[in-house]
Amino acid sequence: MSQTSSEPSPAAKVSSFVLLAIFVMLVVAIMALVLSYGAYASGNYDVAAALLIIGFIGVAACSYVLFQTRQRLIRLRIEMPPITTTIECRKCGFKTVRGFQRGDYIFKEVDVCQKCNEKMLITAIYREVREKGRKPFPF
Amino acid sequence: MCIYLEYPKTYNLDFASFSKGESVNIVLILSTFLSRLFDFPGWDIFSQILMYAIYIFIFISLFYGQRLQFRLWLKEIEGSLYKLKYIRDEGRRIAIEAIKEVGKPQTDPTPRVDRFLEYFTITPQSLDPAGIVWKLEHILDVRDVRFKDEVRLLAPSADETQVNNLENTLEAAMALNYIYKVIRHYFLLGKKTLSLYIIMQIQMILPLVMREAEAYASALKAFAYGQPIGDGVGALVAAKLMHGYPARKVPKDCVVATVPIEGRTAYVIKAEGPGGNVGKPGDAIKTIIEENEGKIATIIMIDAALKLEGEEVGEVAEGVGAAIGGPGVDQFKIEETILKYRIPINAVIIKEDIGDAVSPMRKEVFEAADKAIERIKQLILEKTKEGDKVIICGVGNTIGIGQ
Repeated sequence: MSQTSSEPSPAAKVSSFVLLAIFVMLVVAIMALVLSYGAYASGNYDVAAALLIIGFIGVAACSYVLFQTRQRLIRLRIEMPPITTTIECRKCGFKTVRGFQRGDYIFKEVDVCQKCNEKMLITAIYREVREKGRKPFPF
Repeated sequence: MCIYLEYPKTYNLDFASFSKGESVNIVLILSTFLSRLFDFPGWDIFSQILMYAIYIFIFISLFYGQRLQFRLWLKEIEGSLYKLKYIRDEGRRIAIEAIKEVGKPQTDPTPRVDRFLEYFTITPQSLDPAGIVWKLEHILDVRDVRFKDEVRLLAPSADETQVNNLENTLEAAMALNYIYKVIRHYFLLGKKTLSLYIIMQIQMILPLVMREAEAYASALKAFAYGQPIGDGVGALVAAKLMHGYPARKVPKDCVVATVPIEGRTAYVIKAEGPGGNVGKPGDAIKTIIEENEGKIATIIMIDAALKLEGEEVGEVAEGVGAAIGGPGVDQFKIEETILKYRIPINAVIIKEDIGDAVSPMRKEVFEAADKAIERIKQLILEKTKEGDKVIICGVGNTIGIGQ
């Protein structure tokens, strides 16, 4: 709790040590792939195959760790869905919808109606949730 | 086991060929294919290494399986702890920013906020439970006054609505701080004592704890900006019913409006908005009953309720009893009063999950308010007669909802 409010949380950062380790591993894996090509060209098939496997495993592991690090950062984010404010004229029924603004509350009198010059009222503030890829539940 | 198939055409593969009408051993073909598949230079060495690796894995699993499981759980909890720490820090940052923006303090509020986040409340001793409700109420009142005073010191320029919203923001940040600290405590304790059972227990409840923490995280911004939350749907129902009628204040932090509904007189009660406030509906209901000398035909309470998994968000259900959550003081008071005057009590609930209850109100929950009003009108028609007096109480945090 000692950090100032402007500092980002350490949990939201990627460790430079991890990044360095991934980079070193990627370099070694690419070197193994290059060497494998050299060994294949010189007819040393056993060594070429072994280096090829090592190279592929190295590249795959690096990609996986990088992907996971990115996923961790995405998971850490607190997503805030957009909040909608509906403003209605009680006299003529004219309705406008806009994003939520600080100070809005339900039944607050706001701007004047464009049609009938009456005071308009905030009648709804809500967020819309779109369920992603949810299959209907059979029970 | 051998499986034979009779092929209708002639096939010629590089490792096997068979012609029309010939019986072919499928297993033999598959094994030949597999052996050819892995028949590349270096495969022998690789397969040997793989075989040894499998032996080593089996050996390690036999003797160190539990230890490995322990490490895996620790790693999982550590990952969640990182997220909890991030959420806690975000909560603190949002609270400090809101205080600076709204309250315009002369000095940096950070040290005071940090002190606020560590506040605790000691509940009364329950060895002799007689009278515990009044002791609990007193402690909660003291806590409320202390919190409000602290917020006023932190944010001197904030008006009453903003003080309530900031108090709610700080309480959400406090809850996040507490969750983080408890999980960290058990994580470190389990690591220190190498106790599988401590770690196992946290790992088991972790998904629920994370859900709650994420719910509080989304509540923070809602409180900071004064947006209506899912828990306020009861207050929204009352607000919709009383809108356009004069409202007066009743103890404590509540408002009541006299509304004619279906030829009956309805006293509609809700916490005073639009600041973050739940009021004391118990006291408000008691006041109205006593003002009318107990001549109330029925009480209808509306509140948000936790849904079970599989139920739809915004589902409306009906029942009997005092629909009110919290520490139980208000429920106790309502039950005491209705028992004294023998007043029937009905409840209408709107279902949502914990995440929806503390985060900005979902469209489904908002729309459920109109369905709840229909149910209330139906209940009034069925359970009372013309000229009767009824109490309708919308329970919940009225943040972002006026009257």
